[in-house]
Amino acid sequence: MAATLPASHYDNDKMSRSEPTGRPPETRKSAPWADTVFSALAHGAAILTLLLLAGIIISLLVGAAPSIKAYGLSFLWTSDWDPVQNKYGGLVMIYGTLMTSFIALLIAVPVSFGIALFLTELSPNWLRRPLGIAVELLAAVPSIVYGMWGLLVFSPVLATYVQQPLQSLFAGVPVLSTLVSGAPVGIGILSAGIILAIMIIPFIASVMRDVFAVTPPMLKESSYALGSTTWEVVFKVVLPYTKTGVIGGIMLGLGRALGETMAVTFVIGNFNQLNSLSLFEAANSISSALANEFAEAGEGLHQASLIYLGLVLFFITFVVLSLSRLLLARLKKNEGART
Amino acid sequence: MNFPLIRTAVALAMTVGASAAMAQDVTGAGASFPAPLYAKWADSYNKATGARINYQSVGSGAGMKQIRGKTVDFGASDAPLKDDELAKDGLVQFPTVIGGVIPVVNIKGIAAGQIKLTGQTLGDIYLGKITKWNDPALTALNPGVPLPDATISVVRRADGSGTSFIFTNYLSKVNAEWKAKVGEGTAVNWPTGAGGKGNEGVSAFVQRLPNSIGYVEYAYVKQNKMTYTQLKNKDGNFASPDDAAFKSAAAGADWAKSFYQVLTEQPGKDSWPITGATFIMMHKAQDKPASATAALKFFEWAYANGDKAATDLEYVALPEAVKNLVRKQWGDIKGADGKAIAFK
Repeated sequence: MAATLPASHYDNDKMSRSEPTGRPPETRKSAPWADTVFSALAHGAAILTLLLLAGIIISLLVGAAPSIKAYGLSFLWTSDWDPVQNKYGGLVMIYGTLMTSFIALLIAVPVSFGIALFLTELSPNWLRRPLGIAVELLAAVPSIVYGMWGLLVFSPVLATYVQQPLQSLFAGVPVLSTLVSGAPVGIGILSAGIILAIMIIPFIASVMRDVFAVTPPMLKESSYALGSTTWEVVFKVVLPYTKTGVIGGIMLGLGRALGETMAVTFVIGNFNQLNSLSLFEAANSISSALANEFAEAGEGLHQASLIYLGLVLFFITFVVLSLSRLLLARLKKNEGART
Repeated sequence: MNFPLIRTAVALAMTVGASAAMAQDVTGAGASFPAPLYAKWADSYNKATGARINYQSVGSGAGMKQIRGKTVDFGASDAPLKDDELAKDGLVQFPTVIGGVIPVVNIKGIAAGQIKLTGQTLGDIYLGKITKWNDPALTALNPGVPLPDATISVVRRADGSGTSFIFTNYLSKVNAEWKAKVGEGTAVNWPTGAGGKGNEGVSAFVQRLPNSIGYVEYAYVKQNKMTYTQLKNKDGNFASPDDAAFKSAAAGADWAKSFYQVLTEQPGKDSWPITGATFIMMHKAQDKPASATAALKFFEWAYANGDKAATDLEYVALPEAVKNLVRKQWGDIKGADGKAIAFK
């Protein structure tokens, strides 16, 4: 029986002692109080996190209660947001949050992958360190700086050199012309998504670089020795080995994109109506609406609806995290099946 | 040798004790629009008397929450409370300074004050009904002005704000469709346009976007040298925004009846139609008469000595008659013993 193994081992140990003593050995008692305190602190920290999480959920639920009572789940698919009439629906903000984050990931993941790949596999040694530091520095730029830059520098460029040419190119094409319609101001879903992409690239890229760097050289070199190209090594050796870390990095970036407030509020246009599905249409995101309206929101339904939006954001983040866990579990299972 | 030292120490202790007794800290919270002025007043007041005034610029809505919860001695808001709301919460309100909200445009070749607008056309622009600068309604108002054949980029506040309240209150008074469709409030369901955060956000937007229109506080027009428009006032004249125009609007209001006065669309030959006062709210029944005394002393000092600071920061001081009405109303603020709080 496997369970008895350690005990018998212990017994053997005891038997091998030269002087039998009446009392058990005291070695474990060298600093019992420190162990106890440390264990209590560690447990406490873990429990505190759970308590905080529960506290946040409960206070969000309590705060949002009037709005939940008034609208129920229809809050999620109605788009009226009218503080004067006291009518609220969160669709515009939810759509804006999801769409901007989606665009951000669409741009950021391939670019970050390229950066990480270049830094770990292709870059000459002398360039590695300065480039790595430069990417990390991008992560340290305050988000309001990205917002100002997006508003004053980037969005005029986007409007003049991207939107207007696209509009004239797609004029008359059914779906595409809708996607690029709207006044050429350079403010809206697409500019917010691109700014978010720039903001999350350093996060995803540095995580990817770090996990790529820990791939055992033996694996890579064996693959090269078998005649693989760099591309094959990356796709067949490095990526499978590091997929947990890569997905973790992407989720970190996505989490930041979903919650980013300041930079988004500058370039998204803060427009609470869903008039068209144009990428250049001004819209709003959950965090941006919260930042803008919370201070002046009157007590009652307006405030409760804003908190409801916060709850929705919390839920979206939760779903995204669960999905990434599920994905990882799936991958692991497939791995088992293949071997 | 010892003697003078002791004397100094005693004197020092006495001054410290005395100023600690005098300097009752006052806390207030609310509107961000008058915050620079309140900070300036508090600083000068502190130098003059040693008393400290602590004002948190958290927004009008949050300020009202705090005064209702009695966590501060006074609340500040750009939107006045109606008389019945005041009575319900046991509050009194009084105006401190006046400011104007100004439509600003960014059109190539158009100078400040060159474009004339009416409330009707301004409302239609913000409703998204007038979408081009060369719309017949605009060219009829501005004969000879080279208005371009360009789409109007509408800019407005994204955050809830007293500035938006004054602006939408004006539009509701002068544009029937606005009143029916949108209404007035610190945040409304804007039918069109891009939102900037704060006056800074709106002025940055307007300066950046060609063919745009926005609205900001007067101070931002002056500091950023923005292109303001003229507006037709209640008397039918086209007014330009300046101190005299705001004062004229304030003089037209009937303050004696109630302090619930939104100074939009007021009579007067030169009155600027989008004018508004900013307000202080205090509890009528005071549990802490000492802080109430200190707060009222501060506002009394500001009324007497603060006009220059207000003008320097592009606000407009209240007319003396209005100040006297406010002083009369301060008699309603009473301690637990039912006696009026002394402020002189």
